[in-house]
Amino acid sequence: MKIIVAIKQVPDRDAPVRIDASGKWIEESGLQFAMNEPDAYALEEALRLKEAHGGEVIVLSAGPERVGTTIREALAKGADRAIHITADDLGSRDALGVAKLIAEAIKPESPDLILTGLQSEDLGLGQTGVILAELLNLPHASLILHVEAIGSGLKVKRELEAGWFQEIELPTPAVLTIQSGGNKLRYATLMGIKKAKTKELRAVSAADLGQSSAPTVTLEQIALPSKQRSTQILSGSAKEAAAALVEKLKFEVRVI
Amino acid sequence: MSAIFVILEENNGQISRISWEALAAGAALATQTSLPLHAVVIGASTEALAAEAAAKQVAGVTRIEHALLAQYTPDGWTAALHQFLTANPATYIVFPHTYQVRDYAPALAARMNQVLIGDITGISAGPVFARQLLQGRLSGSYKQTGDGPCFISVQAGAFRADAIAAGSAQIATFAPTIEQPQIRTKPGEPFRASAQTVDLGSAPLIVSVGRGIKEADNLPLVQDLATALGAELAASRPICDNGWLPMERQVGSSGQTVAPKLYLAVGISGAIQHLVGMKASQCIVAINKDPDAPIFEVADYGIVGDLFEVVPALTEAIKSAK
Repeated sequence: MKIIVAIKQVPDRDAPVRIDASGKWIEESGLQFAMNEPDAYALEEALRLKEAHGGEVIVLSAGPERVGTTIREALAKGADRAIHITADDLGSRDALGVAKLIAEAIKPESPDLILTGLQSEDLGLGQTGVILAELLNLPHASLILHVEAIGSGLKVKRELEAGWFQEIELPTPAVLTIQSGGNKLRYATLMGIKKAKTKELRAVSAADLGQSSAPTVTLEQIALPSKQRSTQILSGSAKEAAAALVEKLKFEVRVI
Repeated sequence: MSAIFVILEENNGQISRISWEALAAGAALATQTSLPLHAVVIGASTEALAAEAAAKQVAGVTRIEHALLAQYTPDGWTAALHQFLTANPATYIVFPHTYQVRDYAPALAARMNQVLIGDITGISAGPVFARQLLQGRLSGSYKQTGDGPCFISVQAGAFRADAIAAGSAQIATFAPTIEQPQIRTKPGEPFRASAQTVDLGSAPLIVSVGRGIKEADNLPLVQDLATALGAELAASRPICDNGWLPMERQVGSSGQTVAPKLYLAVGISGAIQHLVGMKASQCIVAINKDPDAPIFEVADYGIVGDLFEVVPALTEAIKSAK
């Protein structure tokens, strides 16, 4: 099975964020970046499918030069080769614009399966995989926890709301968006990190893919969210704060 | 004629609550734009759903009906709605932000060369749509800058379901042309992984733990707090993903929705998927090392500090107060 995994590099979950001078995005200088977690689960699913059925795992990522570190991490975990869509202007493209770039880069590879995380931790749009399926005219399923190869296609476990699940059968080639938690993530081994340095990493520029960046939807401004409740912060040492909270729980919330 | 179409979803034979919230968002757009508000139901047999929608203050209700729409598939829904929207041009198409909508609405919008503005939390003059970024740490203002139509999906709880007045609307039927081979996925019946043995929904007190606990070995710290308080132990998704606690203890969009008297969140940053499952709690207490964590946006009381110091101190203080 030839599998392409689309992964995104996102600001590290614990990195402090500051709004930049344009007011449209966060200040990226000095920011730590990491592999988007649902994409890490998509990569894990791909590597397991390859281990079970053979084939090839290709990782694909779009973004500026810094994205290279996340691509190397995926190669170190076991992906066979990588495609880097080099673009410094992803922020000015909307979800359809980015998906068009990815679709163009995927087309010449003709994979059996395309996996990606169900959403990114930065923009949280949760659309790239579904739009890719539409652009490539492939069947898709989203929020997938488990993938099994059957006959000429796949049987997948889809998460529904409120603790329900559903199995779906679909033919390949197909696109799946992967929900986190379906597998345990592997770490890169020292050997893997060493090998990653020699694996093929092909760069293709957004301009070469011939897609314009005129968006239909624009992020005009970002801001700190407005508070929904007024929070009373209980300060002091751990002991003092705990004592203050017990007072509140006893006399105001009345649960002790 | 241009209009606002709100696509309603069914849950156990009735229009779902979040669909009424989407209709309320549609009504807010109608007030702002003076466009007529229409409701749309989809399925193989939609008479009862359409009647339910027609009893609301809307300009009309459309039943999109076809035998191949008996069960949801992304191919079926996308094809049916694409045909409907081509025949009935809209300015705004509004969806409830559900797992089902996430599965097909981005493809439908792309088929019409548009982009869904998903999971919106508010609509202001313009219209400008607000949605959360970076797991709720920031909020973004989005605008449709292309020709449209404009597709939006509305977050659960962002609009009031009871804001829609009663009415009596005309019902029309739209019959799309769909052939079996167009539907490429074969869905199975929904199932639950195992019988639920924990009903967090009825627990008056909940202590909930998140990523901040770092390791499974540290969980007894929080379990002790829950025991001292007489509370049920719950968790955010990453804890259950790691297998540290069973899935049935998960609170959030993919787990249980709770509204206890006290929800004490320990080491939970408060990603939106978690907040939708607990923000209706009567009192929310958050213990987190990051003063900017989104959990503090919904908390009544907060302690900014190291949970490994605060939680044992709190457990002791509760024991001596009892």
